[in-house]
Amino acid sequence: MNTTTTPSGSAPRLTRILLLPVLIVLALFAAACGNDDDTQPAQPAQPEQTAEPAATTAPSEPDAPEEPDASDAADGEDAAPQPEEPAEADEQIGGEVNLYNWTDYISEDLLARFSDETGIKVNLSNYDSNETMLATLAAGATGYDVIVPSDYIIPLLIDQDLIQPIDAHAMENAAHIDPAFLDPYFDVGRVYTAPYLYGTTGLAVDTSQVPDPPDSWAEFFAVPEGSHGSIGMMNDQVEVVHAVLRAVGAEPCSTDPGDYALAEELLDGFKSAVSVINSDGIIERMAAGENSIHMEWNGAAYRSSLENPDLVYVYPSDGLTLWQDNFAVPTGAPNFDQALVFINWMMDPANIAEATNWNAYGNAIVGSDAYVDTDLASSPMVVPGSQELSYAAPVESCPIEAIDLYDRLWTSFRS
Amino acid sequence: MRVGTRWLASPALGFIAFMVGGPMVVIVWYSLRTRGPGGVGVGDGLTVDAYERLVVTEDFAGNVGFDSTYLEVMWSSILLAAATMLVALAVGFPTAVWISNRPRHLQPLLVLAVTIPFWTSILVRTYAWIVILRETGPLASGFDAVGIDLPRMLNTRGATLVGMVYTFLPFMVLPIYAAAERFDHRIAEAGLDLGATPAVVLRKIVWPSVRPGVVAGCLLVFIPAIGAFLQPELLGGGRSLMIANLIQQQFGASRNWPFGSALAILLLVVVTVVLVVARRAAREARVVLS
Amino acid sequence: MTGQADTRRYPGIGPAARLAFAFLYAPLAVVVAYSFNSGPIVSRWEGFSLVWYREVLERSDVRDAVWVSLRVAVAASAAGTALALLAALGIVAMVRRGSPLAVGFLSTPLLVPEIVTAVGTLSFFVLLDFERGMTTLVLAHTAFCIPFALLPIRARLAELDPAVFEAASDLGASGFRLFRRVTLPLLVPGIVSGALLAFIISLDDYLISAFVAGPTSTTLPIFLFGLIRRGASPLINAVSTLLLLVTVAVLTASYITGKWRKPK
Repeated sequence: MNTTTTPSGSAPRLTRILLLPVLIVLALFAAACGNDDDTQPAQPAQPEQTAEPAATTAPSEPDAPEEPDASDAADGEDAAPQPEEPAEADEQIGGEVNLYNWTDYISEDLLARFSDETGIKVNLSNYDSNETMLATLAAGATGYDVIVPSDYIIPLLIDQDLIQPIDAHAMENAAHIDPAFLDPYFDVGRVYTAPYLYGTTGLAVDTSQVPDPPDSWAEFFAVPEGSHGSIGMMNDQVEVVHAVLRAVGAEPCSTDPGDYALAEELLDGFKSAVSVINSDGIIERMAAGENSIHMEWNGAAYRSSLENPDLVYVYPSDGLTLWQDNFAVPTGAPNFDQALVFINWMMDPANIAEATNWNAYGNAIVGSDAYVDTDLASSPMVVPGSQELSYAAPVESCPIEAIDLYDRLWTSFRS
Repeated sequence: MRVGTRWLASPALGFIAFMVGGPMVVIVWYSLRTRGPGGVGVGDGLTVDAYERLVVTEDFAGNVGFDSTYLEVMWSSILLAAATMLVALAVGFPTAVWISNRPRHLQPLLVLAVTIPFWTSILVRTYAWIVILRETGPLASGFDAVGIDLPRMLNTRGATLVGMVYTFLPFMVLPIYAAAERFDHRIAEAGLDLGATPAVVLRKIVWPSVRPGVVAGCLLVFIPAIGAFLQPELLGGGRSLMIANLIQQQFGASRNWPFGSALAILLLVVVTVVLVVARRAAREARVVLS
Repeated sequence: MTGQADTRRYPGIGPAARLAFAFLYAPLAVVVAYSFNSGPIVSRWEGFSLVWYREVLERSDVRDAVWVSLRVAVAASAAGTALALLAALGIVAMVRRGSPLAVGFLSTPLLVPEIVTAVGTLSFFVLLDFERGMTTLVLAHTAFCIPFALLPIRARLAELDPAVFEAASDLGASGFRLFRRVTLPLLVPGIVSGALLAFIISLDDYLISAFVAGPTSTTLPIFLFGLIRRGASPLINAVSTLLLLVTVAVLTASYITGKWRKPK
């Protein structure tokens, strides 16, 4: 091709001028960044707040980075220490709170009422397992204000400074906490966490399809009659492997590869009986009768049973996990004060009772019973008998060697 | 057409080097590190544990043996990609040839019609199949109404395959069409008039000229299909673990970033090998693509 | 054309192609149809209603997600197209051996499996201590927007008649004037379709976004994925239908700009 058309002298000038689009690009980046991550320690030169267009609804709190907040934490939670807050009681504090919660684990109505009463907007995002949440935080996501970790994951979060002290025991509504929940092994003295709900991970069985429900994990993994091809499992490496280890007579978190050899053998025979491995949508699937047996949380089982009266919930006799979920505040949370208001608000007996009514899980707040639906309070799915309760126990986080074995077993099960 | 200097390409090249090169270097680096405390992130030590884990398992007595758990996942991803490619070819080839046979003014519209589903959100397309294949969906209830009881369709490998073919079909049709469109159908016509059977005409006249398109289509389907994530996750019911899901699992539940990085490199190596093996074919294909 | 006669000799082809089109469109039709279902269960028809569309419009989480997606898509496609435009011009000026190398290099975002890019980009940002959010989303999206924007721009550039530039140059135009008065207007159709393609690709991305998005930057696909995992709901159908409309509108726009260059 004839290239004489470009006089050589023009080229540098052209290059210079074409830098314009590049500058536009950079400007666009800046505009895009300005809005959401108010704390922006990253590269762009930090050209003050003026560059920031009127963001969605986020008022107040452009918020300096983590440290000041974290130290504020120590001296109390109810009055807002930040100067810009009018601080007339902790009602109507305004602003927003970014709640990072399990999928389908709090009712929209309850959140709406919280916003009405306090003027704090709630931004909800979801995760499907403690590990996903842990990975997200560990990957440097610092925009969350409240997370809902389960018992066993909390020591890890504390060890790695991923959550900060909130002195939950000193909050106004902490007086309502059942003494049995005040000194859990994962957070003695309730420094980092406040209790949310607790429950168990067992089996929901549709007796119209499986007339003779299994009593134990061992019977479950032997594929009860009528369940072949319609068994549902949670997509939860930890819980599923806990269960299969119990079925072969081993303890959760075993580090003995021999146990895993037995477990793998058991799973090899079991695999073809499984139709789905998914922790989400269990309630709908059980309600519609799509699955005959599903590994399920007790509260979810109760909610399914409202649609499908043939459902029973089994507390396997070879042991099941008693879990307890909690509120915690990640290190560097941008809306620390709102987070504390939220957590305190959730410990009010009437409010937590609404969560219990919606989710059908027990809570740790004395006095909430008065607000809990009577059907719920009398259901064996929600309130286990003493026999069933004796099967259930909390399980601490497994050591890393066990997690490696878990991963291998889980991978071979899923593929 | 020269309208500037070659340095104009440098911002884009620099940006890609930063955004592709940077992450690649980090992945290689991470794959050689120890795990971070509690399995989150990476630690300070250097180790090849992650690569060992790909192929080796150690039992309680300390005996080290070959273990294929993870390689099998890679292999089933390759098989799924191959199956996707073959089915897409079987469906896409006649479609592309048919389009190239339509009147000229219709062809661009038909091509657009093929691409519209491709441009719609992959989530929407995958979700569409959830709706269709579920037990209470239109397909099952339709057959049920005439007395045929279909087996479970959603949450099977078959469902994953259907979703994959659906996702990647346009990648097959377009390059084949591009090749077939350049083909002068009067030549085939002449062959047929001269008494050749349709099969012979297809093999001897049509095939050689559309071959580059077929090769390009196969590559364009096969390569992204190896790394498919959404279809196994949403349509396979979590039961057909593929390499992409396994990698994601390492960064989530399994808390093993170095191993996840090593798996990512394995996937990258597989793709590169496919590209190198198909290099000649790819050169042919470039004729069609450019 | 002789085409009609030709296909008749291969009796299978016509029906096969029609089946393929049915295969392509039936799922979308099902999604759209059930979005008008008044009941809460997707495939149990309970009558026509727009109730789910109202829900889409009323829900602030949907709005927020759409807003994030739009901003990311606009920023990333603009940035990607600008970089691709420069690159296209630069590549033309390269020596013979350089240009395929450059094109190949710029296409790497298409070749590297998405999951690898996603985890790599996440780790990279963690290492650089970038906070996840809009910035990281736009950066990551811009990378894969470049190859998509580059395609139509290069195609357009290749179609241009060198004589136009010679003439312009003979008439004394050079440098920026040549670019602004001659090159740029001629390239507009390519730039527009490149930007539109990049826009759609960015709007659609799930996997990379899921890894690099922050807490308040949930994009529409991430939000949609959460809804889908929870189970089928007509709300998803309604969101999907709206998304479909946007895509078709953008594609039609792209098609028309493509057409508009033809008469020249």
